[in-house]
Amino acid sequence: MEITKRKQEMLKEFLPHLEKTSFVWYAWVTFLLAAIFFAIYCLILQILKGHIITGMRDNVVWGVYIVNFIFFMGISYAGALVSGSMHLFKTTWRGPILRIAELTTIIALFIGPLYILLCIGRLDRLPFLFMYPRIQSPITWDVIAITTDLFGCLIYLYLSFIRDFALMRDSKDIKLPKWRINIYKALALGYQDTPTQRKRIKNVTNIMSAMIIAIAIIVYSVLAWIFSVTLQPGWHSTIFGPYFVIAAVFSGAGVIIILMRVFRSIYHLEKYITKQHFVGVGMILMILSMFFAYFTFSEYLTKWYGSKKLDDNLIQILFTQYFWQFVFSNYVGTLLPIVIMGIPKFRTINTITFAAIVAVLALWMNRYLIVVPTLETPYMPIQDTRPEWILYSATWIEWSLTFGGIAMFCFLFTLAAKIVPIIPVSEVADAELEMSHALAHDQENLNALLGKSTKKHVILKKEDHDL
Amino acid sequence: MDESQNDKKNNRRKFLRVSFLTGLSVVAAKTVFADIPVDPENETGEMITLLSPDGKLVKVAKEKINYMEKYISPEASRQGIPHRKFVMVIDLAKCKNARVCVEKCQKAHHLPPQQEFMKIYLMQESEESAPYWMPKPCFHCDKPLCVSVCPVGATYKRTDGIVLIDNERCIGCKFCMTGCPYSARQFNWADSPYLHVDQPYSPETSVPGKEGTVSKCDFCPDMIRDGKMPHCVTGCPMGVIYFGDQLEDIVTNGDETIRFSELIASRSGYRHLEDLGTKPSVYYLPPVNRQFPVDRGFDHPDEINQRYKDVPYVKKMHKD
Ligand code: SF4
Ligand code: SF4
Repeated sequence: MEITKRKQEMLKEFLPHLEKTSFVWYAWVTFLLAAIFFAIYCLILQILKGHIITGMRDNVVWGVYIVNFIFFMGISYAGALVSGSMHLFKTTWRGPILRIAELTTIIALFIGPLYILLCIGRLDRLPFLFMYPRIQSPITWDVIAITTDLFGCLIYLYLSFIRDFALMRDSKDIKLPKWRINIYKALALGYQDTPTQRKRIKNVTNIMSAMIIAIAIIVYSVLAWIFSVTLQPGWHSTIFGPYFVIAAVFSGAGVIIILMRVFRSIYHLEKYITKQHFVGVGMILMILSMFFAYFTFSEYLTKWYGSKKLDDNLIQILFTQYFWQFVFSNYVGTLLPIVIMGIPKFRTINTITFAAIVAVLALWMNRYLIVVPTLETPYMPIQDTRPEWILYSATWIEWSLTFGGIAMFCFLFTLAAKIVPIIPVSEVADAELEMSHALAHDQENLNALLGKSTKKHVILKKEDHDL
Repeated sequence: MDESQNDKKNNRRKFLRVSFLTGLSVVAAKTVFADIPVDPENETGEMITLLSPDGKLVKVAKEKINYMEKYISPEASRQGIPHRKFVMVIDLAKCKNARVCVEKCQKAHHLPPQQEFMKIYLMQESEESAPYWMPKPCFHCDKPLCVSVCPVGATYKRTDGIVLIDNERCIGCKFCMTGCPYSARQFNWADSPYLHVDQPYSPETSVPGKEGTVSKCDFCPDMIRDGKMPHCVTGCPMGVIYFGDQLEDIVTNGDETIRFSELIASRSGYRHLEDLGTKPSVYYLPPVNRQFPVDRGFDHPDEINQRYKDVPYVKKMHKD
């Protein structure tokens, strides 16, 4: 019973965020909605006037839309991989950031596929994907994979919510309209925190967390194959599958750090999200940036060194026209996290956040460099006089829709944080309890040990065990 | 070569050509339906023998023939013309960028001036190698990546070797455009008067095009069904482009009709970027013993000539 009390206590801390809505909140949401509506306006324009109002043309047939697609899907898979593996490997400090990771997964997964729709010339024929599917096509693989992923992630997310829903249903202090309590009641599915229920939910969550790790890897590889099955020199690469998976987790870890920082200040979570968490996820970011740098290096090195004519064209354009973007995305973006995380003196919450922001931007740029320059250097030389048909640059329509997607991401996150505590209260309270049990256990062991071995003068300090 | 031998060869050519063309016209005739009297006042009483769909020879009054059969629906266009495998041979030695093929094709397919199913490249492999003009249609590959990647089967390979697009099925995902290594495909980026043609749509004519879908060179199966050659073949004043049937082993450019295999063997025909493994149906004869210097190809408005400004040869030309 003590644990239930602790949970309710903890919940009470978060209730103000759920109950009260400040002026700033409204202003922020209005701003986001404005951005979203403007994007919708642009989308309508694009549907009415055709793709001619984007910067895409016959050579560069895909532009920032597909970059955003890869980017958001990447963040989503990263959220799944990070939360899934933290859960599976029982990382002790996972509690407070678990929900952020899970929400990232699902929200990005809603937004990503919208971008692929923006690349489609005839949205009215979307049902054809299901009416005349051809399994040979990687797009069909993607449709199957993304739907599976969406369902998997929704189940996983819901599982992690049930206990908090029950908590809110049972809370005496909660000051919310009746209908909201009723929704929580319905969503809690009659969960009463009995030992059997608790065990069951734990088992299912474990299975699901293992499953979404697998699904995430497969889905992101399928996405990479959309590019690597073609014969385009910059895309036709065997390492694209793992390269994309690594890149995805890299960017996702960055996004999680940024969100941790944001919620930490807004919700004053200094007590829960500590420097330890930033260092923890920062470490993931560092290790992944090493992998990412390694993949990027071997990808471009082999292209440059062997240098077939077309690879050479690609390298040429990357190192002239796209020089600064290349340097930023592939040098700065990978080295900065390594330097900041690698040298303990540099590790502060703010520097880690800075590294995360740079990493995320660099990764977006890296995707851009994979998509656009490749399409600008096809097998048949581009012989055209219209500059916009030779080189791509995104138009304001495409940028507005890009920002619209980011706004949507923020909006859904803001909304989610209004509905459930941003920290998984039950999870954190359980972890606290486990910790104190472990401590008590340690204490007993210690006493026993000391009692038995006084003769041997073994001195064990409690702190040694504490870690 | 003495006279009689020459004659014999010519005769054989004539025979081959006739057989190819009759082959095609029988196919065309097969689909003719006798129907609906036309104008009774114009009746001449002339009768024509036709092959009915069930294989019988029938006599029909000429006036009573209605040629509505020409319309091939998107569904019907998925079937190839039976017992055919169409190939094209392009003789690079004869091309001087006259661009008649481009214009004829654009006119027939209602394309705006900048959109070309047939494109003419000025190719130069390296600074040292010789430049040459290279007309490039869709290669109608036997292993077409564009077809493999299409998620809805809007683009398909037929038994006669032709790769078509059904723009009533195409969702416009543009995946096929990234799949095709030869930049053969174009997207209809906006609505335009060129897309509004008063005729029923058939993938065999690619007309009318539709906004938000993909189009490309179609090898003119509508012309073939009529026993005619594609527009680019008949248009070219130099006889650069040969078209024909690989199964019958015969190709013609309108002036001469030759065995396909002999032409390829004697002139060392090759396919562009063979190593990609897409197995094109379009062959090239290397630009040797050229009939015209490359410079003859710059006889065009600036807008066209400017396209080739990045080719090393042109750069050097401007410098000198
Ligand atoms: S040339 Fe391109 S569009 Fe034509 S069949 Fe081959 S892959 Fe398809
Ligand atoms: S653009 Fe059309 S033809 Fe090309 S792959 Fe997509 S649906 Fe198929």
